[in-house]
Amino acid sequence: MHTNRRNFLKLSATAAVATAFGGLGLGCTPKADIVDRAAAMDPKWSKQTTTICCYCAVGCGLVVNTSLKTNRAINVEGDPDHPINEGALCAKGASIWQLAENDRRPDSVLYRAPYSNKFTKVSLEWALDKIARNVKQTRDEGFTRINAKGQTVNRVDNIASLGSAALDNEECWAFQTMLRSLGLVYIEHQARI
Amino acid sequence: MTNHWIDLKNSDCILIMGSNAAENHPISFKWVTKAQEQGATLIHVDPRFTRTSAKANMYAGIRSGADIAVLGGMIKYILDNDLIFKEYVVDYTNASFIIGDNYTFEDGIFAGFDPATKTYDKSKWAFALDENGVPKKDTTLKDPKCVYQMLKKHYERYSLDKVVAISGMKHDDLVKLYETYAATGTRDKAGTIMYAMGWTQHTVGVQNIRSMAMIQLLLGNIGVAGGGVNALRGESNVQGSTDHCLLYHILPGYLSTPKAAQPTFEKYNTDNTPVSHDPMSANWWQNFPKYSASLLKAMWMDDDPAVSYNYLPRLDSGSAAEYSWLTLFDKMDKGQFKGLFAWGMNPACSGANANKNRQALGKLDWLVNVNIFPNETGWFWEGPDMDPSKIKTEVFFLPCAVSIEKEGSVSNSGRWMQWRYKGPDAPHGFKPDGDLMYELMHKIQKLYTAEGGVYPEPITRLSWDTIATNGVFDPHKTAKLINGYFLKDTEIKGKVYKKGEQVPSFAFLQADGSTCSGNWLYCNSYTEKGNMAARRSLAQTPEQEKIGLFPNFSWCWPVNRRILYNRASVDLQGKPWNPEKPVIAWEGPDKKWVGDVPDGGWAPGSKHAFIMRKHGFGQLYGPGRNDGPLPEYYEPLECPVKTHPFSGTLHNPTALSYINEDKAVCDPRYPFVGTTYRVTEHWQTGVMTRNEPWLLEAEPQVFVEMSEELAELRGFENGEKVIVESLRGAIWAKAIVTKRIKPFEIQGTVVHQIGLPWHFGWSWPKDGGDSANILTPSVGDPNTGIPETKAFMVNVRKA
Repeated sequence: MHTNRRNFLKLSATAAVATAFGGLGLGCTPKADIVDRAAAMDPKWSKQTTTICCYCAVGCGLVVNTSLKTNRAINVEGDPDHPINEGALCAKGASIWQLAENDRRPDSVLYRAPYSNKFTKVSLEWALDKIARNVKQTRDEGFTRINAKGQTVNRVDNIASLGSAALDNEECWAFQTMLRSLGLVYIEHQARI
Repeated sequence: MTNHWIDLKNSDCILIMGSNAAENHPISFKWVTKAQEQGATLIHVDPRFTRTSAKANMYAGIRSGADIAVLGGMIKYILDNDLIFKEYVVDYTNASFIIGDNYTFEDGIFAGFDPATKTYDKSKWAFALDENGVPKKDTTLKDPKCVYQMLKKHYERYSLDKVVAISGMKHDDLVKLYETYAATGTRDKAGTIMYAMGWTQHTVGVQNIRSMAMIQLLLGNIGVAGGGVNALRGESNVQGSTDHCLLYHILPGYLSTPKAAQPTFEKYNTDNTPVSHDPMSANWWQNFPKYSASLLKAMWMDDDPAVSYNYLPRLDSGSAAEYSWLTLFDKMDKGQFKGLFAWGMNPACSGANANKNRQALGKLDWLVNVNIFPNETGWFWEGPDMDPSKIKTEVFFLPCAVSIEKEGSVSNSGRWMQWRYKGPDAPHGFKPDGDLMYELMHKIQKLYTAEGGVYPEPITRLSWDTIATNGVFDPHKTAKLINGYFLKDTEIKGKVYKKGEQVPSFAFLQADGSTCSGNWLYCNSYTEKGNMAARRSLAQTPEQEKIGLFPNFSWCWPVNRRILYNRASVDLQGKPWNPEKPVIAWEGPDKKWVGDVPDGGWAPGSKHAFIMRKHGFGQLYGPGRNDGPLPEYYEPLECPVKTHPFSGTLHNPTALSYINEDKAVCDPRYPFVGTTYRVTEHWQTGVMTRNEPWLLEAEPQVFVEMSEELAELRGFENGEKVIVESLRGAIWAKAIVTKRIKPFEIQGTVVHQIGLPWHFGWSWPKDGGDSANILTPSVGDPNTGIPETKAFMVNVRKA
């Protein structure tokens, strides 16, 4: 058996439990589904990718370790080769693994109908179709071709957009292109506030 | 940042003012500390003694909002004691320019003010021009109308006593601050400023920063290693999102949004292309038409730019009072908007006057909320004081991939564009934001193609598939388009560039539609050599290594120039002011620039240093701002005083505000100065960090910090739950009674200040508290519209 620290701890814990409860017949054994992440970080079973921290704009480098079996993150840590952070991270950067592996992430697209007191699960396809329909209807109803002074303005004054500095550059560019081709002028995001 | 994070180590004096870098940009301190180890002095000016103060060689307390008093006083101190770096000031700043005869300044008001519109006629502030249209100069700096003399005159009121009286800073601290920082005005010393929202979130935010930029110009600190003006940006890609202009007033690459009075592409270009009659001025923005045409071609590749210009919406004006964040919410509250995208944002907590904003969300017909976690915006309809049965807003919540689950680039505060690779798959088949917007727009395009609609051309003709491969959003293809490529075979300076070839840099962009480039500033980031942002080489020349330039790691805009305005780091012969820390130098047998990518390749002394300015000089006097050509002291719109010592004009007369919303000025119901801030363990509205158990355990609840004196006055115990309230709303918070906050003496009266973090929201965790932005006012800077969330008036009472 490949012994590492976690296995050692598990074995010790089992031994301790066996000692403490051995005579009580409680059948205490370690949970079978505990993932041994340290072992999974073996490059045979994982891939390493570099990324940049998603929090403040210092731009610290990170190394992400992803399981080839589950395609989920095993570990995220500071990139020692990155010239700015040289491997160091603050509390937020050091917690990024938990951003991805997190039970609080909803498991579906959600829709709340007017006057409803709850969200219901819907498919992405259904939601995007309905949003596209809303955008078209709202835009067509309220499009401003001419302003109060009689000048051509060709804009949408009844839809606004907020966001986002959380997007990648390529997404920011795509988003502004989408919004401006629709004719939106009320476009703002974190940089304003 | 004009400079970058590693460059902080090159500084001799680091002033942190309007920021708590040690806690909010913790890794920046690796480089601050390195500078200190090499003998640099660190100064922290802040209302509160923080972990930044604890590491500083000197801490000076200041009442929130009094920065221009302190900085104006520093300008006076530098001028009175003749501590300027004279050669730099004469050669590289507009100190010698003669100001025109229409300029006046009286009792806090500049020439050209119209009280009815709360705006200035800026033409009154113009420079005097010679017969060729070039600004008149007096390089002896003796003409009473030259900028240098006008500065002396303007700031003569900013005496030590007055600054102390209004800022609450101790006299000895103030003098020590001035002495220490002004000592960097020599050729071999560099001083730098690290600021953040503590300076921007004020009704004088732009002028706070201009004051410091002026100090940096007077001391010769811009363009040099260890110098510059350094905004510590707070989001991993807020630099990139600003560069790509998800903002009402600009298009990608800081091109102005089209206005109603610009009916043609030609008129738009003419209005935005400055003309200089000085052959020594590079006047870089003269290239504007190349950048605008290339942007239009990136969006609508099959149309001539003169045609596709008509596809862009036009604004009535560029006014922040008409279109910026605060007005957007004011108009939403009045029912103007039917639809809203809140994409990667939580405006129900992040904007000033949060109760108003939350109420406004209920006036929408539909809301699209893209985020990682449930948040106060998408769930607003079940928030405090909301009755879902009365709220019509249809809400779509689209979960998305997190940063490590997708590929693309982000630009840090030092303008480094860094590539991120995809690690894990997102759970439940969730997609990156780029995929979601690609698919949504694709559906909208299909609807318009199939059914027609109002003015469909901008949508149906959009070159949307240029950013996708086989119907899936492709970040590489998008990055290549942002860089730009040739759309037909093009000959430039004897070399033919083939159709489809990546444009090497923005110097090659064309105004005739033969190139596309989604953002000229990023042209050079993805070339025929590959994806420059993904580079990981630590190789440096010995010169570059001296200052830690790392030019082969990632990529930096513009054209991989790591330190902006670096032509000002050398004298007119190209010799570095400080040979120990050269940024660029003109040397070698064939005389060429070495070191960083120079700000233009011209020989030294042949072009003025500040190439982005029309006249080519750093602007001590800046006639382009909406609230005056020189920073002037005004109180925050909510303040604890009725008068201040510099003029009879209490507030910035041009500040953005809404007349139906009251402000607390010397209001006995709200006697304490309030401010907001962040902690290391949380981020922004906390949506991401409140949902990470490790971080939530460290900072579980909203708190309010106050002095021992204030706690005694109100009878509070440390740890007690108290109510903090303003004219706009109230929240509970746990009292932290601390020596780190002290009462200020302002004009002979004791003024208490409190502060609280704004990371919390009602939705999660259950007993975490709510947003501090419930307290903050809807008032803003007249240039940017940024809300004044760093200085406002509150009361604290027993819960």
